[in-house]
Amino acid sequence: MTNGRYGEYGGQYISETLMNELIYLEEQFNYYMNDPEFLDELNTLLKEYAGRPSLLYYAKRMTQDLGGAKIYLKREDLNHTGAHKINNVLGQVLLAKKMGKTRVIAETGAGQHGVATATAAALLDMECEVFMGEVDTQRQALNVYRMELLGAKVHSVKSGTKTLKDAVNDSFRDWIANVGTTNYVIGSTMGPHPFPQIVRDFQAVISAEAREQILEKEGKLPTAVIACVGGGSNAMGAFYNFIDDEEVQLIGCEAGGKGVDTPYNAAALTNGKIGIFHGMKSIFNQGDYGQIAPVYSISAGLDYPGVGPEHAYLRDCGRAQYVPINDEEAVEAFEYLSRMEGIIPAIESSHAVAHAMKIAPGMDEDDIIIVCLSGRGDKDVKSIADYRGVDLNE
Amino acid sequence: MSRIPEAFKNGTAFIGFLTAGDPTVEKTVEYILAMEEAGCDLIEIGIPFSDPMAEGVVIQDANVRALKHNTTTDDVFEIVKKVRQKTDIPLVFLTYINPVFFYGYEEFFKKCNEYGIDGIISPDLPFEEKDEISDIALKNDVDVISLIAPTSKQRIQKIARDATGFIYVVSSLGVTGMRSEIKTDLNAIISDIRDVCDLPVAVGFGINTPKQANEISKIADGVIVGSAIVKIIEEHGEDATDALKEYVSQMKNACAE
Repeated sequence: MTNGRYGEYGGQYISETLMNELIYLEEQFNYYMNDPEFLDELNTLLKEYAGRPSLLYYAKRMTQDLGGAKIYLKREDLNHTGAHKINNVLGQVLLAKKMGKTRVIAETGAGQHGVATATAAALLDMECEVFMGEVDTQRQALNVYRMELLGAKVHSVKSGTKTLKDAVNDSFRDWIANVGTTNYVIGSTMGPHPFPQIVRDFQAVISAEAREQILEKEGKLPTAVIACVGGGSNAMGAFYNFIDDEEVQLIGCEAGGKGVDTPYNAAALTNGKIGIFHGMKSIFNQGDYGQIAPVYSISAGLDYPGVGPEHAYLRDCGRAQYVPINDEEAVEAFEYLSRMEGIIPAIESSHAVAHAMKIAPGMDEDDIIIVCLSGRGDKDVKSIADYRGVDLNE
Repeated sequence: MSRIPEAFKNGTAFIGFLTAGDPTVEKTVEYILAMEEAGCDLIEIGIPFSDPMAEGVVIQDANVRALKHNTTTDDVFEIVKKVRQKTDIPLVFLTYINPVFFYGYEEFFKKCNEYGIDGIISPDLPFEEKDEISDIALKNDVDVISLIAPTSKQRIQKIARDATGFIYVVSSLGVTGMRSEIKTDLNAIISDIRDVCDLPVAVGFGINTPKQANEISKIADGVIVGSAIVKIIEEHGEDATDALKEYVSQMKNACAE
């Protein structure tokens, strides 16, 4: 069996040109993850710069209103740059710097990962270029400008469906041309080995903290941990340190878009089939003959036709379950959390909030749900207004 | 039996690539035959894919054109069937692995054998993953063509020892596409290969002028051209036969004896 497998998923299905670089990356990653100096530097950045540990907040009004399980929010939205993405990016950009690279590239969907990468690159004095689908540059124009303010160059990707998957394609194309000077700072638990592992390990801080925090606050583990899943990085981070706690349910929420029985969704684990794409064997939305399908979600960050290989594995072995949440449910959750707790969640994270709203009322008062609030929703205000037919310019 | 060795018996082989279904399935058949007539020794047929990650813009666009009218894997097999009624030229598929995986490896390679495909090149199936298909391909007499890149270094001999058909040396970093200059030390790579393996070595990526073809032909057994051919098809659409013939014969003539 080859490297980086999660059951039958994972692997390294990528151009020969990148193979030595991936082998080197894996070596360096393993070295630095055991280097106290590197870990100390990274932990200092996470603490002093990103603002970790993030709060585990008891959503009292929401809990009382829903009348069931106690709901806690893991506040990744309070991190510097407003999402969980910074956890991974600080790790990967610091690693790139140690490896002697001078340039980093990244793909981005909603723009959060691009902003985080541009931020870390500014901080650590690296050149940064970000690939973003043209459709997403329009949905998330403010984030494009944020990246430019941070000194990054943003490429508007016009190939294919002009969204996240095409941004990933162009990132790999750039990396193949600039291998040597450049590290690809991938934003999710996807791609060829060792990326799914690197991203998971840098995001695992979410569940490491959450586990400790809930034990401190409640003296017991949660009944369920809920997170949204596009490629799956915040969910892998939120699940990882609970995987061995078999009594803790792990629930991933996919983008159900306009419904999983319509062509307009991005729910790979609900509708997809096993395939090989973007360097990994995993589950992908695909059409006849294995063409990767165009997908849709109101959330640019979940608008991806596949899922990281470890999620596919966790589903198959029954350790985690995955449910689709459609646009309307996510938008309602977005509005609900804003009114109920004074927290505007990212539309991505709203998918997880929506599922908590569904299941909490049916649970007991001594049950506990932790929702990973992966990012804040300022970036989504305009698209929610559009969705509701509100004209902001009037 | 694979026909691939035949391609290298007529001086330096000129290997042409086109994307199946661009501009139409019928025209692909015609263009393959025209390229053979003009001197192509082996033809790579690209199976169109939604996300051709290793391709530059020219071949990406050809994939888009072919998929716009739903060229399927079965259509590509039909192309092969029609071509095989007229010629014994060695034919290989250039395909990303997902369409093959989706089709089913057994079924796909059985059809390759039945329809007369001699080899497969998969840009996203490196040495570490080639067990996906190597046994099934071998059983069906389809050579799995190995790629070696400028970054392969200590991997070169490991890959070459295990190779079948011919070896595809990627001339440059980056994706496919025409380049004005090739800076990689191809001599060193080819000499590493020749130390451990007797298979023909062909060089591709970036080659588009007769001068480049001539230079490569002095050190390699084959010259592979894709984007320049696809560009001609893009420009001439359904009337590309003459332009293709002229280009291919010019390139074949430029290859050293």
